[in-house]
This record gives sequence, structure tokens and C-alpha cells, in this order.
Amino acid sequence: MRHLLSVADLGVDGIEEVMRVTDSFVEVSERSIPKVPALRGKTIVSLFYEDSTRTRLSFETAAKRLSADTMNFSVSSSSVKKGESLRDTVLTIEAMGIDAVVVRHASAGVPWQVANWVDAAVINAGDGWHEHPTQALLDCYTIRKEHPARSLAGLHVAIVGDVKHSRVARSDVLAFTLLGARVTLVAPPTLLPPSLEGWPVKVSHDIGGVLPDVDVVYLLRMQKERQTEALLPSLREYTAMYGLTRRRAALLPDDAIVMHPGPMNRGVEIAAEVADLPRSVITRQVANGVAVRMAVLFLMLAANPKEVAVLDG
Amino acid sequence: MAERERAAAPPYGGVFIPRKQVMDADDLQRAIWRIGHEIVERNHGVTDVVLVGLQTGGVPIAHRLAEALQAVTEEVVPVGSLDVVFYRDDIGIRPVMPEAVTEIPWDLDHRTVVLVDDVLFTGRTIRAALDALQAYGRPRSVQLAVIVDRGHRELPIRPDYVGKNLPTRRNEAVDVRDDGVWLGEVTKEARR
Amino acid sequence: MADLLIRGGTVVDATGSRVADVLVRGGRIVEVAEGIDVPTGKKARTLDAGGCLVAPGLVDLHAHLRQPGREEAETVETASRAAALGGYTAVVAMPNTDPAIDSAGVVREVLELGRDALCRVAVAGAITVGRNGQRLAPIGEMAALGVRLFTDDGAGVQDGRLMRRALEYASAFPGVRLAQHCEDASLATGGHMHEGEWSSRLGIPGIPAEAEDVMVMRDIALCRLTGAPVHFLHLSTAGSVELVRRAKAAGLAVTAEAAPHHLVLTDAECASYDPVFKVNPPLRSPADVDAVRAGCADGSIDAIATDHAPHELELKEQAFDEAPPGMLGLETALPLALEALGAVGMAPADVLALMSWRPAAIAGLDALGQGGPIAAGAVANLCVVDPDAAWVVDPLRLASLSRNTPYAGRKVIGRSRHTILAGEPVVVDAEAQR
Repeated sequence: MRHLLSVADLGVDGIEEVMRVTDSFVEVSERSIPKVPALRGKTIVSLFYEDSTRTRLSFETAAKRLSADTMNFSVSSSSVKKGESLRDTVLTIEAMGIDAVVVRHASAGVPWQVANWVDAAVINAGDGWHEHPTQALLDCYTIRKEHPARSLAGLHVAIVGDVKHSRVARSDVLAFTLLGARVTLVAPPTLLPPSLEGWPVKVSHDIGGVLPDVDVVYLLRMQKERQTEALLPSLREYTAMYGLTRRRAALLPDDAIVMHPGPMNRGVEIAAEVADLPRSVITRQVANGVAVRMAVLFLMLAANPKEVAVLDG
Repeated sequence: MAERERAAAPPYGGVFIPRKQVMDADDLQRAIWRIGHEIVERNHGVTDVVLVGLQTGGVPIAHRLAEALQAVTEEVVPVGSLDVVFYRDDIGIRPVMPEAVTEIPWDLDHRTVVLVDDVLFTGRTIRAALDALQAYGRPRSVQLAVIVDRGHRELPIRPDYVGKNLPTRRNEAVDVRDDGVWLGEVTKEARR
Repeated sequence: MADLLIRGGTVVDATGSRVADVLVRGGRIVEVAEGIDVPTGKKARTLDAGGCLVAPGLVDLHAHLRQPGREEAETVETASRAAALGGYTAVVAMPNTDPAIDSAGVVREVLELGRDALCRVAVAGAITVGRNGQRLAPIGEMAALGVRLFTDDGAGVQDGRLMRRALEYASAFPGVRLAQHCEDASLATGGHMHEGEWSSRLGIPGIPAEAEDVMVMRDIALCRLTGAPVHFLHLSTAGSVELVRRAKAAGLAVTAEAAPHHLVLTDAECASYDPVFKVNPPLRSPADVDAVRAGCADGSIDAIATDHAPHELELKEQAFDEAPPGMLGLETALPLALEALGAVGMAPADVLALMSWRPAAIAGLDALGQGGPIAAGAVANLCVVDPDAAWVVDPLRLASLSRNTPYAGRKVIGRSRHTILAGEPVVVDAEAQR
């Protein structure tokens, strides 16, 4: 694995490999000293053009637990617009001598551009509405750990909410369906992508009709701006029509689990008490996130060195 | 097989071709029994002794050793497993992949840890294992039990319990199986 | 200046085609006939046109020359060299410069810059002051300097009432035509590529085809209302081509152009996330590409116009949705048009009509010796097109100051071998002469 840009690059085998290695790092995370020297001497840069404290911290924690050196380059897009081009910024950072760059950007495709410009490994930590592959990997891992089926094959996953603007949804649809799950998107038409041509999903506008048949309900974050863009009459109406209220949560089968990429808007897409039900695995997602990112960093920077030394006996 | 050989064995390529059997199944069982007795003798019993098998070859040996210890002392000796992959000094030089999940579900403070492996070769795996153990506490002592010591050490490490000292050439390989110990070679042509 | 003899080609213009040599003297064509011999004792330069079409120089209705204001991206001089290499003898400079071409003063400046250029530089004026869609620009003053096309290109005039007034006001000036960048901002805002299957998958905000269709629809209605002619810039959708087709059938005074990239590239190119494929209007679906080609073939579209839009390298090294739209076009338009329109059965001479005499008439440049016909007495603005010349587009070898061609590495067929501007061979054997 040279770069991790899209879940699609991994394929089924790649996802399975990440899952397998993640098991080892979950164990590492549970040790009294949860740190291994595997990436000693490697330098990993977080290049975040968009604020995301959670994702940045998760990657940094993962890197530090692998004993990598970490650098942080955070910029608000506005301050960069007037200055140097994206390419110049990236080349400047690479000149400092780095092994991997974790890229987050509000624009789709930036990690692909960066990967074309640098020799370092590039990890997509979220590009615009497009993809967030490590989130999808940790979601797959969480489902395999937390759902009694211990596998995604044959599971029915409902992804509920703002699919249109969601990089999480795009990566999750790819990953879940690759691993054999059925996916139903539940959203108002204004929050679905303009075209679902080629997406292996079903669509519903009736959450109540979908919930009794799902194994996993995955809620997406609903952002307040959507009201002002005339995509929704109001958050209140969204909650009334699509929110996972306590009453709706009762429609779920006994072993169904509830997921959310965070941060949650309690009372909007998910009722406060539903988020705290035993079937809610939202905090497990966060915990698994570190182990999954350790696995990704390890696989990219350690498992398969670019030049393999000849076995000398 | 020693870690260095395993790096060349499947799934990374290479196949072990056995050439000569150096211990049969009975020899192997006798060696395990003897090592068990030596552990009891050295530690005046097995109180506070834990066995940690090194993934993957050392793990089945550790379990067999625990059976032997239980037969001698009528005490159950805990067995853990340790994958040293994240501590190896050849990360970034060769392909490395976790073999299995480490399981050391106890605090090692004040315990006697017996590391168990099938073959002792360069000593680098043991060096990594000593590093790894630190994450689980501060053992009173760490001892090393191996079925075969084949020489060619590259680090100042020596075993406390040895099943068989086996002189080898560097390019040979040693494989410990249920049915005994074999000397052979790892072919290189299938390497990636 | 010595006489110039263009020998061995097939002459094509609006009147038809015939095998003939063309003799040029003092900037004008003096003879068009088979087997012209240079009188002994007279000095004459001979240009080989064997296997070539000798056509009126190409006329581009739509080029961004970037001067004044963005001379690091392009200048009138460098763009005119690119144009000449592409076979053009005239280009219309779009007014979205800095400052905008919205006054007689800026018109004069650009015309002055174009005086020594390698092609004729005509100017399009802005419809509104600063192109901001609020107040009418001094259309009359600019028309008095010879400006014939007016547009706020880069943006459409959003306010229907303002557009109506502009059409009514401009109709007082003979030959003046308003040209619209058809894009309803309320539908297009925030978009960076064609909305559809690809934008949905790539997570890039989309611009629906209907953002273009809606404004074409409105301006056809305003054309009917005011009786003033309207020219539609760079049509890119099946819907807008069909609307123009029907408007023409209804006898309305509408004309339309299409850009080469809308004939050969689709929105799938955006999957590379390379901003070199970002353009406005965006690259559309394969069905739209087919419709635009069909519109060229059946006369719904009157002209191929390049929408040549140079950008400095660093601006195209931004994120896709932060990079400015636009791509180079002058040096590649001819082979791409020949390829795309040849595929729908158009003969090279028909393609040249869309690139020379028909746009010349729309811009009023026919009165200034552009677009033929090739006959004794006419100004010698010519291009000698080798329709079989194969070459590979190399961004580093383009004459434009910028490098943002989406065709890097593409093998294309067809090239202007020689370009003659008012009798001067400015391009000979595909090399600029100055």
C-alpha cells in the first residue's frame, strides 16, 4: 500500500489486511504502556487545511504510539489562498524530510493531487465531500467487533442523513458493500447526491419503514448550514422526519447497533438518550479509530519497504 | 524457524525444504520434559512463573511446556503469547507483518517470565521480545527456553534452557514441528 | 514587401473550393488561378501548399488575452502568436480583464496593444460597468471605436430586466450584437464541474446543465421581445443546443458558438482532480458532447470559438474547487474541431466555415477583410491548413505564456502550416516568424 486515498484502492483483500493488523494494535492500545517502536525514525506530517481536531488527534495518537515523530501543519484555507500554491506548500513540507503526510482538505481530490507531487506516502484524512477512508475502515472494524454477526457479509446497513455532503457516507458505501453488506441510504432528496448512478445502494425516505430491517443504523452529522441553503425547512423538521428518536430506536431489531462518525448533534439526528444506549457503539468507533490508523500507518511505512533487502542467510 | 528465516517463508515467498530429521517426536517430548524439570529446579517451584511463547513457533512449545510443568508440580502455569513484530530491528528493511495478536493478560511485575521459542539463531527476536516485555511491567527475572540453539548469535544473548545444541550453516534452516525437528533450506526463488 | 505565391493547394471559402494558387501583393490577393507563374525578374516568395487547404484565416470569437491586468498569464502579443500558430488571423478579446473593457479608454488601450500583434485583435466590450451586472456600460462610445460584440463573459447578465434594456439600447447601433455567457448564477453558484454521475461520485459540487438552459431560454424570449440579435457563447448542453435550434427555426436573430473542449472532452476527465480540466461552462456528459457536435453539423451552432483562457501555473496548482476555470485553446482548436466534427460527417471545408467566415460575419470582421472570400482584391488574411499533419501537444512548446492545456501528450491531426496576416507570412511551416 503506497498511499491510502480511497477505500476503493484497498479492495476486499486490502480491507481484510487492515482489519487483521488492527487486531494487533487494539492489543497494543490496551497495554499499560501502549507504545511500540515500530516507526522509530519516521516522520509523519498532518497537513490539515480544515479544522478537525478529532481526526488530527486520532492520527497523531496513532503515530506517537508507533514512535513516529509527528509534525503539524494546520492552515485555514483563507490564509493560504493569498499565499503560495498548494503544490508549493506541499513541496516545502516534503523538503523537510518526511515519510508520510496525512492530508485533510475542504476540497475533494486534494490528496490525489498531493500524491502526484510527493514521494512520501499520502493518507487521505478527508477530502471535501469525497472520501474519508480511515473512517470507513474503523467503521468496518467496529461493526465486525460489535455486531454479533462478526462480519459485514449479508448485513443490512442504513446510512441516514446528509449523504450529499458526506465523505463518510461515500467511503462507507464503498467499504460496506465491498465487504458484502447491503446499504440503504435514508435521506430527504435534497441531501442525496444528484445522481446515484453506479452506487450499489437502495434509497428510502421513510426511516420508520427501514429501521425494523437493519443490522446497523449509521447516522450522519446534520449541519446547521443546511437550513440556510434551502435543503431543509428546519432542523426541527429534519428531526421529526429522519431523526433517530427513542421511539424510532425501539423499532430496531434486538442486536442492531447504532453508529455515528461524530461529533454528534444530540437532539437533531440522534436523541440524547439513544446515543447512550448499550446498542450505541459510538465511543467504540473513536477507540478503534486509533488502532485502525496505527494499522494503516504501519502497513504503509513498515510492512512493505520500497526496497526489500536481499536475504543474506 | 527463527524469525530471520520466517521472513523469507510464506506468506512472503520461499518454501522450507526439509533435508534431515535431527530430533524425532519422542526426542522433542523428552526435551520439553527436561526443560520443565530444569525450570522447576532453577526457580524452586513455579510460583510466579509465567510462560510467554513467541509467535508463532514458540507458542505451541510454551503450551506443551506448561503441560509438563503442571504434571511435575500440579500447578497451572499461565501461558501468554507475544508477537515481537513491532519491536524488530529490521522494520523498513524487510517485509514485516504481524503474525498473531499478543496475549499477555497479566501484569508482569515481580514475576518470573520464561520466554519460549522454538529456535534460537541470531538473538534478534529475543532482543525484540525483551523490549516488548517492558510494556507489560517489570518482571523479577526473564529466562529463555528454546528447543534448538543453532548458533550464529549476533547479540550477547544466551538461553537458560536448551533442548538441543545443533551446529548449522548460516544458510540452513531449522523447523520445529509436532513430529520433531528438521534441518533443511528455505528456497528463495518464490520471493517477491 | 515581395510578392507571395501560395502554390499547390485547394482554395476553400464561402464560395466553394477549387484547386488554385494564390498570389499576394502589397497585402492583398491579386490573383487566384491554377498554375500561376511568377513573372521573370520579379522577386516572389513561394509557400508550399501541397496537400493543403488554403482558407481565409480563422476567426476566434472568444479569447481571453489577459491584458490589461494579468500579463503574467498572457499578453496580447503572446496570445496573438498562439493564435497565428493555430491558423487565426483575428481574435475577439474578451472584456474580463483588469480593469474590465467597459469604457472607450480600455478599448483604445487593447486595440493599441493589438496593433503590432500577429493577428488582428478585435475587442468585445462589457455590457455592464465592471461586468458586475448593475449598470449599463457606455455601449455607444465603444461601438464608435468599432466594437461589435458586447458581453459580460465570465458571468451571465443575471437580471432579466437589465438584459432586456441592454438589448433594446444596443439595437440602435448597426452591427452590434450582445453575447451572453449563459449561466443562471442561482443554479450554478458553488459548482465546479458538471452535475451528474461523476460529480456525485467525486464529491465535487456540480453545476446542472439546466443553469445554462434556463438563461438560453430567457434570452431567446428577450430576443423575441426586443428584436435585437443575441449571440450565445460556448454552448455546452444538449438542452441549450435544442433551444437555439428551435429559436432559429422560429426565425429569431440568434447565433451560437461552441468551444472545442466541449466537442472532445467529458466530465469524466475530472476524475483526475487535475484543475486543468476545470472550465466554465464545465465539461459535460457524453450525451451533451454528442448534442453539441450535432448542433455544429446541422447549423444550430454557427461558430467554433476557443474560449482560450490562460492561467498561471500556480493558479492551476490549487485544489480543484479553488482553481480558476479555463483552458488554453488557440493552438489546438483546429485539429480538435476537425477530429470531433469529422466524426459526425463534416468535411474539413464545413469545419473551416465554423471557424472562419461564419464567425467573421457574427463579429462584423467580414467588413475588415476577415473570413474571405479568397478573391482578387481581398485583404490577404489566409491560413494554409494541412489536414493530415499529425503532432503531439506539448505544453512546453506552446506559444502561450501559460501551460494549462488539457491536451498535453495528445496526438492530434491537422495544423495550420502557414498563416498570412494582411499579406505577411506570420507563420511559415508551423513556425512563428516573429
